[in-house]
Amino acid sequence: METVSIEESYDQIVSFENVDYSHPNGTIALRNISFQLKPGELLAILGSNGAGKTTLVRHINGLLKATHGTVKVFGKDAKLSTAAKLSRKVGIVFQNPNNQLFEQSVKKEIQFALRNFGFMEALIEERTNWALKTFSLAEYADRPPMELSGGEKKRLCVALVLAWDPEILILDEPTVGQDSEQKENLVQIVKLLLSQKKTVILVTHDIEFVWPLQPRVILMSNGEIVADGECQETLSNESLMSKGSVLPPQLVEFSRLMGWSLPFPASTFEAKSLIEKATTRTRM
Amino acid sequence: MIQVSNLSFSYYGSERAVLNKINISVKKGEIVLIVGHSGSGKSTLLRAINGLIPHQHGGEYSGEVIVDGMKVSESSMSNLATKVGYIFQNPENQIFMFSVERDIAFGLENLGVAQEEMRERVDWALELLQIKHLALRAPHELSDGQKQRVAIAGVIAMKPKILILDEPTSLLDPFTAKTLVELVKNLRSTLGITVLIVEHRLDLVAKICDRIVVMDKGGIVLSGSPKEVLSDPNVSVHGVTEPTIVKLAKSLSLGGSNIPVDPEELRDSLGQIRTNRVS
Repeated sequence: METVSIEESYDQIVSFENVDYSHPNGTIALRNISFQLKPGELLAILGSNGAGKTTLVRHINGLLKATHGTVKVFGKDAKLSTAAKLSRKVGIVFQNPNNQLFEQSVKKEIQFALRNFGFMEALIEERTNWALKTFSLAEYADRPPMELSGGEKKRLCVALVLAWDPEILILDEPTVGQDSEQKENLVQIVKLLLSQKKTVILVTHDIEFVWPLQPRVILMSNGEIVADGECQETLSNESLMSKGSVLPPQLVEFSRLMGWSLPFPASTFEAKSLIEKATTRTRM
Repeated sequence: MIQVSNLSFSYYGSERAVLNKINISVKKGEIVLIVGHSGSGKSTLLRAINGLIPHQHGGEYSGEVIVDGMKVSESSMSNLATKVGYIFQNPENQIFMFSVERDIAFGLENLGVAQEEMRERVDWALELLQIKHLALRAPHELSDGQKQRVAIAGVIAMKPKILILDEPTSLLDPFTAKTLVELVKNLRSTLGITVLIVEHRLDLVAKICDRIVVMDKGGIVLSGSPKEVLSDPNVSVHGVTEPTIVKLAKSLSLGGSNIPVDPEELRDSLGQIRTNRVS
């Protein structure tokens, strides 16, 4: 019998120690990855196509096992657990929604995992309705997921993972195919999760989505971490950014042109008040 | 080059009209960006132009689509394939041969192009897309950006008059995406090809397009030059992600017909204000 409660057994909710991963064909996908994540942290992993971002996060729910080194999740070696077990607490929304959808209706799709995880019927009903409503999917409840548009499928994947309320949420390219409203909705959801002390990892190319959230940023290139730090420092450092094939957010580019110093405005609202201050000064 | 008149369409078994009385005409050599909510009918409109609708997807179809003088509903898919090249969101859906050059030749073989001309066209497409060095590689070993180029080369080799790209940058990192956008712009200027793009990343694409068309609930709600459309106060209501700079410009009441759409333009128009105030 395990007697230690999960909450007391770790300081770091995720920990990578010198992790290497090679694909079965021998290609090295991750080299010497080390970082720790505290509960309630927001992390964005950025980098070029093929840099190893997706491979890295797949270690966190046990889909992949490190070739060398150790991945600990909730303080325990992920190798000693299974993807099925870890998934209850680590939700991943995959890059390609087609890999995640197979039921006959949107509603059944959301219920599937809840039932698998042994939720009570009443709770399944409640969580499903919450997910349908939060992600504006109620009108599609009875439609087959495969008939949805690419963006709608992606949204469904986020909805169904959030329905089972994981402790760690990993979103792989969540904004692909999403319109402005849905992106804003995602921002609000991420903020809500953080307020509930959930840990959120974003894997994305969408720098404009990342910047206002001001997360910790890990930049990857060729299977390695080339930078790990504060959003402001990392995303305003041109040489780091080009190593990670990342273009600066528009507000960073604009702040540089204006000759401002760090911290740069995180939102258009902050930028606006900075500009207004400057123009008032000029007038006087 | 493209004339869509009063086009309405709903899929079999669905009462909802995915396209509702669409009218749009596109001139030769124009780059048109189509944006809007997911599910607003953007991809369906593209399919009505390349003939997948009504030839592959059945449904209630009314109105008319004319592509380079051909009525789409009455032309065969193989005839249409020589006019309209279609690039899927995921290049994996359209590359499957053992080598890049075989892949590019595949469409030409289907059209029955003679061996010699085929060789010429494949080399030409490889050159144009700057992927000559990949000719003998296996497509599945390539990066996503390279796969995207192979898919485009395969389509360009058929010498279409119209190139359609459905969210071409959604899987690409910003660097690769920017290069792809530049490439599309160059294809237009070298080949005079007409381009339709569905894309959410306006910060990248707004710069190269001549016109933005905004769709909502199966209809066209806005259409005009990038500045005209982006300066519209309701553009985000229709699901368009305004570039951050556009949002900022609007909040500073700089949203007129000459709205700044990139950081440099915004800095310049702020400089203008300052000079005006001083003088």
